[in-house]
Parts: sequence; C-alpha cells; structure tokens
Amino acid sequence: MSATTWEMVVGLEVHLQLKTATKAFCACSAEFGAAPNSNTCPVCLGLPGALPVLNDACIELAIRAALAIGCAVQERSIFSRKNYFYPDLPKGYQISQFDRPLALAGGLDIVVNGVPKRVGITRLHMEEDAGKSLHDRFPGATAVDLNRAGVPLVEIVSEPDMRSSAEAGAYLRALKQVLEYANVSDCSMESGSLRVDANVSARPAGTTALRARTEIKNVNSFSNVERALDLEFARHVATWEGGGTIQQQTMLFDAAKGEVRPARSKEGSHDYRYFPEPDLPPLVVPAARIERERAALPEFPAAKVARYQSALGLSAIDANAIASSAHLARYFEALLARGTAAKLAANWLTGAALQALNERTLEPDALPGIMPVEALARIIALVADGSISSSAAKTVFGGVLADPVASPDAIVQAAGLAQVSDDSALAGWIDEVFAEHPEESARFVGGERKLQGVLIGFLMKKSKGSADPKKVAQLLGGRVKG
Amino acid sequence: MTPATDLLELRAADLAAHVRAGDIAPLDATTAARARITAVRAGPDFLNAIRHQDAEATSAPTHAEAALAGVPVVVKGNFATLTMPTDCGSKLLEGYVSPYEATAVRKLRAAGAVLSAKTTMDEFAMGSSNEHSAFGSVRHFLDPERVPGGSSGGSAVAVASGVVRIALGSETGGSVRQPASFCGIVGVKPTYGRVSRYGLVAFASSLDHVAVFGREVDDAALGLQVIAGVDKRDSTSVPRAVPDYRAEAGQSLAGLVVGRPREYFPGSLDPRVVALCDRACDTLRAQGAEVRDITLPNTDLAIPVYYIIAPAEASSNLARFDGVRYGNRVMGDDLAGMYEATRSRGFGAEVTRRILLGTYVLSAGYYDAYYRRAQEVRELITRDFTSAFAAGVHVMLTPTTPTPAFRLGAVSDPYEMYMNDIFTATANLAGVPAMSVPMGRIDGLPMGAQLIAAHFDESAMFRAAYALERGLGVEAHR
Amino acid sequence: MAINDDDVRHIAALARLGLGDARVSALVHELNGIIGHMAALQRVDTSSVRGELDGRAPLVARADVRDADPLARPIEAIGPAGTVKAHFFTVPRLGTHDGEEG
Ligand SMILES: [Mg+2]
Ligand SMILES: [Zn+2]
Repeated sequence: MSATTWEMVVGLEVHLQLKTATKAFCACSAEFGAAPNSNTCPVCLGLPGALPVLNDACIELAIRAALAIGCAVQERSIFSRKNYFYPDLPKGYQISQFDRPLALAGGLDIVVNGVPKRVGITRLHMEEDAGKSLHDRFPGATAVDLNRAGVPLVEIVSEPDMRSSAEAGAYLRALKQVLEYANVSDCSMESGSLRVDANVSARPAGTTALRARTEIKNVNSFSNVERALDLEFARHVATWEGGGTIQQQTMLFDAAKGEVRPARSKEGSHDYRYFPEPDLPPLVVPAARIERERAALPEFPAAKVARYQSALGLSAIDANAIASSAHLARYFEALLARGTAAKLAANWLTGAALQALNERTLEPDALPGIMPVEALARIIALVADGSISSSAAKTVFGGVLADPVASPDAIVQAAGLAQVSDDSALAGWIDEVFAEHPEESARFVGGERKLQGVLIGFLMKKSKGSADPKKVAQLLGGRVKG
Repeated sequence: MTPATDLLELRAADLAAHVRAGDIAPLDATTAARARITAVRAGPDFLNAIRHQDAEATSAPTHAEAALAGVPVVVKGNFATLTMPTDCGSKLLEGYVSPYEATAVRKLRAAGAVLSAKTTMDEFAMGSSNEHSAFGSVRHFLDPERVPGGSSGGSAVAVASGVVRIALGSETGGSVRQPASFCGIVGVKPTYGRVSRYGLVAFASSLDHVAVFGREVDDAALGLQVIAGVDKRDSTSVPRAVPDYRAEAGQSLAGLVVGRPREYFPGSLDPRVVALCDRACDTLRAQGAEVRDITLPNTDLAIPVYYIIAPAEASSNLARFDGVRYGNRVMGDDLAGMYEATRSRGFGAEVTRRILLGTYVLSAGYYDAYYRRAQEVRELITRDFTSAFAAGVHVMLTPTTPTPAFRLGAVSDPYEMYMNDIFTATANLAGVPAMSVPMGRIDGLPMGAQLIAAHFDESAMFRAAYALERGLGVEAHR
Repeated sequence: MAINDDDVRHIAALARLGLGDARVSALVHELNGIIGHMAALQRVDTSSVRGELDGRAPLVARADVRDADPLARPIEAIGPAGTVKAHFFTVPRLGTHDGEEG
C-alpha cells in the first residue's frame, strides 16, 4: 500500500447568461419560456444569407462582469468561430472569442476554514448560447428549439487554483455573489443562466506537475459540483494508485444516481477549427468606456459591510448577513430609501424576513415577491409611530406573506390591530381583567408588583394585541394601593 | 407606344424616367423581358441562364425617387428573395424559398425595379465557368459550345442577351468581372462594405461582394447607386456617404492618373490581349489621363492566398447546410448518417473539394502554416494596392481575364481553373473596387478591361469606365 | 506536407461528408495538386505584417431593442418536408448529451 497523499487540482469554467432584452447577434427576444422556435429570425435560425450584428448591451454587461472579477478589459478583442456540428447549433459554428478574449487576468478572494486565498481568473470571453435539444419530446426523435440559440453568454475560466471541493464551492459562491452585485445576470443554476464545468485532476501532494484532467459537465447546483468533484477525485486517486491512467475526457454527473460517468463523445469531434469571425469586425472598447463602466460599478460586498457598520451602526453580524447577497443588500437599501431606520431595517431583514425565506426554501432574490419593500417599510413605520404594537406587527407581516398584494394598513384595519392607548378604553379592559381574575388582581393591588406582567398578558390577549402595553402598565401602577 | 423590344434597348435610367413620367406603363418592360426570356429559352441554344421566373410580378413603385421605376432586373440564385426559390445552384437547396429578403433585393424593389427572374450559377458560387451548377451549365450567348464565365454566368448571359439592362451577381474572386469580360458587358464589384451582404448566401464572408452587371456603364452605375450604403443588418457594411456615380459620366479625365501594373502583363499573356489594353490606355490618354507603369509585387501570390482563405471560410459557412432546419434532408441510420447523406448527396464535386480543402487548412496543426500565413500575405497584397494609390494613382487598368471565353470542358484540372481568377481575385482580397468594361474582341469573343480604384473611390473607376466606353464605342465590342 | 487517405477521411469526418474509397483516392490526388501550389506562401517574408492583421473599421454594435427581421413564412414552411413537429425541428434521436459541446 502506498502512503501517498493526493492533492485535488480544480479549475472551473462558468457560463453566465447576460441579462439583455435581445439576443447577442440578432434582435430577437432573449426571454425564456416562449413557444418553441417563436423567438427566432433568419439570423438565429442560421438561414442562408443571414449575418450577425452584436448587441451593445452584451458589451456593457460583459465589461461590467469582467471588472467585477478584477479582470483587465482588453481594448481590442476578436470574435472567432468555433466549428462543430450539433442539431441545436444552427450555423454549424458558435460565435465565441478565442485567442483575443474581452478580458484577462482577474481573481476572487475566498476563505475556507478561516484560511484566505485568491483564486486566479484566466479570462472572460463573450459567446452565444446554443439552442435546446429535447430527447424525450417525441419517440425516436430529438426535438430542437432555437429560442435560446444566440442568447448572450460570458464564459469565465479560472486558473487551476482550487485544491478542494470546498474551495471550488467557495469560489463559485464568491463569483455568484459578486456577479449578482454587478447585476449582469440572474446567476441561477436552476434556470440555466449560470452553468459550471469543472476540470479536475489529482497529483501526489508536494508535486507540481499537473496530471491528466477530466471535465465534469451537467451539474445543477454548487453543492453537486462539490459532490461530483469529490467523487471524481476519488476515482482519479484510485486509478493512479491501482497503476492505471486517467484519460482526458468529459464526464457527466448524475445527481439521481450520485455518480460521475463518461460522456459518449465522438472520435475526432474536438478539432474546432477556430478562425476569426469574418462577419464581425474587431471589437474595440475605448479606454474611456472601460473607465466609465468602472465608475458605474456598484458598491461591492466588502465595502458594504464596512459602511453598514461605520455609517449605519449595524453589528458586524448583521452587516455581513445583509451584504452576503446583492438581493438582500438591495432590499435593505430600498428600506432605507423609504425612511426606515437602519437598525430596525436590519432587525426585520435578518430576523423575520430571512426566516420567511428559509421556511419557504427560497433564495434572497425571491424576497420582494413575498414581502414587497413598501409593505415591510410600512409595517416598521406603523410600529415606530405607535400605531401598532410589535406583536401586532408580526401578525401584519404574516398577513402580507399570505397575500403579498395586501396593504399593511388594510390588514391592521381588518384585524382590528390598531394600538389602543385611549385611557378610558384601557381602563375598561383593566376593569374586565380585574373582574375575571380577582385573585391575581387583589394580590397585585396589595403590592405584589411582579404580577403586573401576568395582568398585562391577560389584557393583551383580551385586546387582541391592540392595547398599548406601556400605557397599560402606567394605568395599572395607578391602581396599586400605597 | 414604343415597341416592346425597344424597351429593353433603353438604358435603365431612361426607361425609369419614361415610367416615372407616365409615358411607359410600369410593367411594360417586364412583359417584354418575359417575352425575351421565353424566346431565349426556346431558341436553338438553350442558354440555361434563367433558373426561375416570377410569373406574379405585378406592380412597381413609380414615385419621384424611384430610380428604377419599371426596370426589370434579374438576380443570381444566391440572393434571398421572398418570391422564387433561392437554390444557389445546389441540389441541397433545390426548392428552398427564403422567408426573408436580401437587403440589395429590397433596395432594388423599393427603387421600383421589378424582380423578373433568378439566374443559374455555379453551385454556391464556386466556379469560373458555370459548369458547376447542379442544374446544368450556362452557355455563352455567342457560342453555345463556350462557357459564359462564372460563377454569375446566368446573370451575365441575361444581360448580354438583352433580357435586362441590370442584373445582380456576386463576387468572391471575380465571379462578376470575369463573366462580364467573357460576355462583353459591364461588371462592377464595389468596395468591400459598400453594399450590404445581408441575404447574399455566404461563400467566403471576407471576400464576398454583391456586384452588378450592366449592359452599359450607366446601367451598372445606376444599379450600384440604388443598392449601395450601410445596412444595420450587416456589421461589415460601412457608413460612408455614397457619391453620385452617374455624375462621372461627363467628366473629363484631366488629372486622372492611370496605373498599369506590370504583373498583370506577364510574358505569357496573349499579345492580342496586350494590344487591346494598349488601345484602351491610348483611349484614356487621348481624353486627358496620364498612364503610368506601376508594380504590385505580390500579385502572383493572390491565387494561393485566395484558395486558402476562400475554402476555409466556405467550409464554415456551408456547415449550416445540415438538413436540420431547411434544405433537402437525406435520411441515414442516425443523426451522423443523416448529416453525411444530406451533405454528400446535396453538394457537388467542386463544393465538396473546397469544403475539404478549407477544413484541412483550418484543422489542428495546419492553421498557422496555411490560414494564418495566407492572411499575412493577403495583407501584403492589400498594401501593394494602398501604396500604389497613395503614390498618386487613381485607377489601374489591366486585362480582366487572360483569355476570352473558353470551351465547355476545356479546363479540367481544378488549379488550372482557379488560375482564371488570377487578375480578379486580388481586388477581392484587398477589398478595393474593380470593374470590367468591354475593350474589344479576340477571335470574335469579347474581352474586358479591368479598372481598379482605391477603397471607396468607385467614382474614379466610373470616370475611367465612362471614358473607355465613350472612346471605344458601346456596341462595337459586343 | 502531403495529404494522405487518412487525412482526407479525417477532414471528411470533420466536415460531415461521406466519401466512398474511390472518391477518397481521387481527392488525395486533387488536394495534393492544389496544396502543392500553396508552398509559395511559405517562402514569403511576412515579418512586416505580424500582429494586427485586421485593419477594418471597428465593430459598430446595435441597441438592445427588439427589431428582428420577421419571417415571412412559418418554420413549418421552411423545414425539410414533414420534419417540423409541434413547432420543433426534429432529427433522428440522440442520446442525452451525446457528443454535446460547450
Ligand atoms: Mg464556451
Ligand atoms: Zn434571432
């Protein structure tokens, strides 16, 4: 038995769909979910004679993405054709960038088990998506829908800098976080707007030469990327230790079976015959435009955490929790913009709001859908001006969750939650409580102050939470004999 | 009322003026063109130039801006048109009707032209003789045993035989100028980027040009005038003002410097061709031009460069013909079988040869030696032109072709056939405008003079072309 | 760099062209004849043009607004006869991810 310890070497290729209204090279809608082949035109159908024209929004979003991951945007880049045959690739080539990509040499900082590390990013390039092949739509036939063909992507290629599946997971989460901040993509693995191909190899710890790698495709979540890497790494190690060799090949991850298996690939299919796309002149991005995009970049997570603490007085825990997601940060800042006090906003967001998301296994981007910013801002305002109690506020919050279009004020009215601080009304409830609970009342009036809480509890219940507890305490105090 | 045959003898500009003025009905000339097509088709020499006719062409704009009001035109079979199939001379696309229309065709229609027919061509525009059409060879209008030139031979014959005054062709290495020379008509390839390629089925994108045949220089100038200009659907079209080309008709040649590149007059060139060029130069000189000997030293590299770049781009451009979304699918056992059957049965021998050549020069291990090297030498060829023009030359004069129209089947070696493009491919590689104008006959067969100008200076070229036509006489050489 | 039978078969496979053996030998001969003429390029001094080969005016992008060139005919009328089903193009069935590329 060899005592070799093995090191995992991972590099990741991430394809990201850019949030544009139209496709990369034609003016068709880039929206998902339309009837098959309805978002198509001569260009994205690859009809004879059609020509590509680049969408300016692709340039803008790709630059922004590149800057967000610390890449140097190249003033001159070249589109190339990647030639291969596949039924959902209408032209027989993909327009991509090859030896002159849009951006080079970036990186992201990650922390795993308290150890900070920088993962290098080799390049970011622009390309178009292929269509969709459906293998189970018709018996004996593959169905092709070209609505997605020509949708703009950027491909972000990391250096082989990660040494564990946890580092790969941390890199992917950091990448998603920063790209969400940059607001260039939906970054959703579920809907396919973020896709990951993982290159993995194994080598004896302490050696530097890279061994043969395999590429894992078809993984649909970050945690599955980690699972697949661990499985594939174990296979590499077992193969090397058994005296075998690893062939460079493409593997598919099967989440249901929890296995990684080779993709069937055709012999000779990997000579892509790249050459510069003659239908598109070189892409020139003037330095001034790059600087304009840089200046327009949003505040990124680290800066937000610092500002939330120093300028808004949030705790480090709250600041980090909110800044962890661009969606939460945007929501938080929208609350502030509606005049909500920062600490109250943070409390509600990290408390009730996150809990609501967790209970529904939703991501932060879903928060405005279940709890509109205006609604939460109004709930917090109603508490702050004494219109409702904080316990009533919880009820109203629940009411909005149940019906996101309901207005908090309407819920307050319908449920009679408006806080009552009128002396005579409160005195009436006190009289009723005293009548219903003569023993506790007598002891309280006799001087047992600790029973005040119990009596207030009875009264709040009676008032369905609408009584102003401070006022009640004050009035109760007046009844003590002394 | 003018007799029908006379209508086809009117210059396009004059016919349109009559139509706009209301003295000729908008469809009269189209009816005459239809009758002429029928006559040509029924004649003893079945020229095979017309591939499809539009029986339904019914109306044409005749407003004041309609530069081609009522002018019948034909276009090559590789322009996407809503009417009539776009089969590119290929079995693979036989019967394919485009669901959209090429920009150049839309512009012709918007200017009042009536699209009467589509013409036969070498398959996917690969050929110099029109012997490579899946639908039969086109014959020369003077001698059916000879080729009309290619690949736009059908359009050339339609103009030469009097069916129309203006026809669209396309050029990748000389496919309009060479048949224009063989058929004794005018063929104009503008600057790369001057006319939108949107809807022109691609052969080699960096070399492809929409080009125009005219019976006379004025017809070609008017045709180009209508289709020129930037297009939002072609990223390689260039936003530059389009001058009035026909304004050059009356211009004197005073101050015009004509370059005569020595590489286009090799010792092997037929002395009768040289003599015709000498006469053409004399004609220009007599009208005030100065003629200079110049050199374009990298000319002999044009054919090797061309036959790397054009097939390479073609191998990629023709990948879309896979039988998935359109075209004639041939089933196989599985998808791979379908691809191979569709493409092997759909493409003819010449197209197959060029796809393989192009795939080879782009494939791993050969790219640098062939494709990259060819692009570098292409740049040297381009610099030959830009330095000559920078040195004060306005237009160059060369023979368009080394010989007049040859016999069908006379050239069987592929490379020998490729050498037919020797004088024309350079302008496609450099992107400079060039045209062929009739300059006389050899053995009764027409020969063209080629005029080449600097990028976007088609005006200089037309100025010399009008002068040549004026000096040599229009009809004497047809 | 002479081309042999295997080269022709390889590039034919890349180009998805089926060729019989007789065609392969004929093409070996033809392609070698053509490629032989390309040797002239190897002797040219191109040191003055290394680097930026593309002197074209830079790309002009379009605005991100819907402006597709509409199809005058539905895809059912464009597709090979009988192959468009329920608005899908159809081809002989492939295995999931069979030879799929990224
Ligand atoms: Mg990619
Ligand atoms: Zn489209």
